[in-house]
Amino acid sequence: MKQLGIVGQSVKRSDGIGHVTGQTEYVDDVFYPGMLWLKMVRSPVSRGRIRRVDTSRAERLPGVTAVVTAKDVPNNWYTILCLIGIEPNDEPVLADEEVMYEGEPICAVVAETEDIAREAASLVKLEIDEQEPVLDVEYALTADAPAIKKWGNNTFMYDGMNHRRLRFGDVDRGFEEADHIVEGTYQMTPIEHVPMETHVCVVKPEPNGRLTIHSNTQALYFTMDNTAIILKVPSNRLRLVGGTVGGGFGGKVDVITEPVTSIAAMKTGRPVKWRWTREEEFRRSSVRGACKMEYRDGVMKDGRIVARKVRSIHDAGAYHRHSPYGVQKNMANLPGPYSVPNVWVDCYCVYTNRQPSSAMRGFAVTEATFAVEVQMDKIASVIGMDPWEIRMVNAYRNGHMRPVRKVVEDATLLETLKAAAQLVGHELPARVRDMHSDDYAGVAEPVQP
Amino acid sequence: MSVMRGRGIASANYPTGMNLGGDPTQALVFCQPTGTFSVKLASTDLGQGLKTVIGQIAAEALGVPLESVVVDTGDTDSAPHDMGTFASRATHRAGNAVIMAATEAKKVLLEVAAEEMEAAPEDLEVRDGQVSVKGTPQRTMSVFDIALAAHFKQGRTISGRGIYLKPKSAIDPETGACDPDSTEAHVTTVADVEVDTETGEVTVLRLASAYEVGRQVNPQMVQGQITGGAVMGMAHTLMESVFPYYPALDHHPGNFGEYVIPTAVDLPELHHVVLEYPSSNGPYGVKGVGEMTANSPIPAIVNAIHDAVGVFVTELPVTPEKVLRALRAKEQL
Repeated sequence: MKQLGIVGQSVKRSDGIGHVTGQTEYVDDVFYPGMLWLKMVRSPVSRGRIRRVDTSRAERLPGVTAVVTAKDVPNNWYTILCLIGIEPNDEPVLADEEVMYEGEPICAVVAETEDIAREAASLVKLEIDEQEPVLDVEYALTADAPAIKKWGNNTFMYDGMNHRRLRFGDVDRGFEEADHIVEGTYQMTPIEHVPMETHVCVVKPEPNGRLTIHSNTQALYFTMDNTAIILKVPSNRLRLVGGTVGGGFGGKVDVITEPVTSIAAMKTGRPVKWRWTREEEFRRSSVRGACKMEYRDGVMKDGRIVARKVRSIHDAGAYHRHSPYGVQKNMANLPGPYSVPNVWVDCYCVYTNRQPSSAMRGFAVTEATFAVEVQMDKIASVIGMDPWEIRMVNAYRNGHMRPVRKVVEDATLLETLKAAAQLVGHELPARVRDMHSDDYAGVAEPVQP
Repeated sequence: MSVMRGRGIASANYPTGMNLGGDPTQALVFCQPTGTFSVKLASTDLGQGLKTVIGQIAAEALGVPLESVVVDTGDTDSAPHDMGTFASRATHRAGNAVIMAATEAKKVLLEVAAEEMEAAPEDLEVRDGQVSVKGTPQRTMSVFDIALAAHFKQGRTISGRGIYLKPKSAIDPETGACDPDSTEAHVTTVADVEVDTETGEVTVLRLASAYEVGRQVNPQMVQGQITGGAVMGMAHTLMESVFPYYPALDHHPGNFGEYVIPTAVDLPELHHVVLEYPSSNGPYGVKGVGEMTANSPIPAIVNAIHDAVGVFVTELPVTPEKVLRALRAKEQL
């Protein structure tokens, strides 16, 4: 590898001193004279039809300057991934007819202080006809379950199908040839991103009619373009300012604070700040989806995996957010970094009445890695093989064909296995000790491109 | 009562960039009158140090000291499009865009210098903020003086534009055929644990990993990712859930008392080595390392628990209750 100059050196981070001395300016440090505060009124139930939203008592509270409801949102129904072709729009910025999860935004109150806004939010009276929530993904997939999505079922539709699929080789023949069948079911838990900085947004209406939006989004242009679509304004009416974020981990790409705060600023003509509490971060923001993966592997006595069949169900919660994308990423990664000649994968993106899941660090790959790697040890224990050996025998090598039909060109799995063994002083079995990723043949049957 | 020790391993790949691609990032680079450079990006620094590594890449590509490069992120009025900081893409995408922009700016810099130095641009090289004639190091001119000449004498803009795009791949709906990634980084993690068979408690003693990440721009920041990711992976395995009785909604946590994350006292011993096999399409061979660091610890810990007590707990998080139930089920077999 060519040695470079400054690239490859552990120089000090340019913003480090600011971060550790508390001098870095984050969005919550932005204040404007006359700035108003926003608080959200949220659904107390997991599923129901909204009969009435009575904001009159909140509006009469001294210090309250505006209430924002679904009627104030120019394009209330949206989906953030419309920018990469995901459809249909399936989520309201503010709920209008029904609520789909506990905590769903219904209306925003805007006031002179954060305390008044909080009090006003508690004065909004909601009348909601509660319905039985759909919470279990397996139930959601059955014909008995009520369809919670407008298109008549509970799954995202990929090219007219209720799942994404991978078909490679002949999985049935592989199972017939196999000496052993090894099965395993793996259940991920939904977790929160827990960034140190919660969601915050400040919007300032400018005298020239533009809006300056201070945001801790992970994606400024993505947020700008989605906000412009929701506000029905050209993108260059908006200026997104950010770039310094107190932790994201995928939790700050949902475009969830900017549209409502912008509408509040436009409605009042004053700067508005909306900052989430830690409780909102835990209970209302997107989380990692609870993915369930069922593996069935056909394995030979010598350790080679000859067939792999996977069914994966991703709990998207109430709305798309980034889940339809994540499920496709899950599909590409469920076979794992191994050369398996016969693969069958079905992946479902399923909707339930819980807080939406969305992108999170390792999106859909963390899930696949958990399942594949415990399954590898399960196989090793069934056939009585060393866990290092089972991986090295099956590891993909450069030139092999992956089930997505892409030729492997950056394989270094074997190199990391050997380096890890050395790091912990583990002696590898003689059969695999000298394997490397440029050795096309290896032990596993290479899958021809 | 007994405390059992076990060791587990897990290997993993991780794709760099958005699944299927189609996620561009642009960069602008321009020279200021006294030879310093500004890099304009709309990419967000999440705390991982993107601004610093982009500064290193720009300095490397321009041939100027790191101190003369300022990286400005985060204003759509002044920076061109970027898809966002996620999918382990920022250093790969923005790094490539910055190299392209810096290369264009450097070409003008050398043309301006060539005129000032009465030499051919192709005979010149830039190093440490000095332009010199190759093979004749005594003929030099500083980037400072070249920038002044460009601004106030020759009337040239020393600037460059860059973009990196992996064109979007389609998925064949029948077979799933697609091109999902730009490159793949790899890791193997070894976990050592103790399992208390009376209480079901699992203690992670050590996580040792071998990563392969193409090329490290800043090894200390790669270490930061690996350390943080290891702890997050451990917490994901043993502690965290927003729906502890999933799929039921009960005990939905709303604060740090109800949703416990690890603190310094929970940290295991952490070791790592990093291998570098440069990728063909990354900036100087970079592969993304951000997301993958939380992945392999999860199955490695679950496998270590199996090694210790002979049960696979395949539902996260692996709480003491689940360990005890699995042990009881095993005894009843």
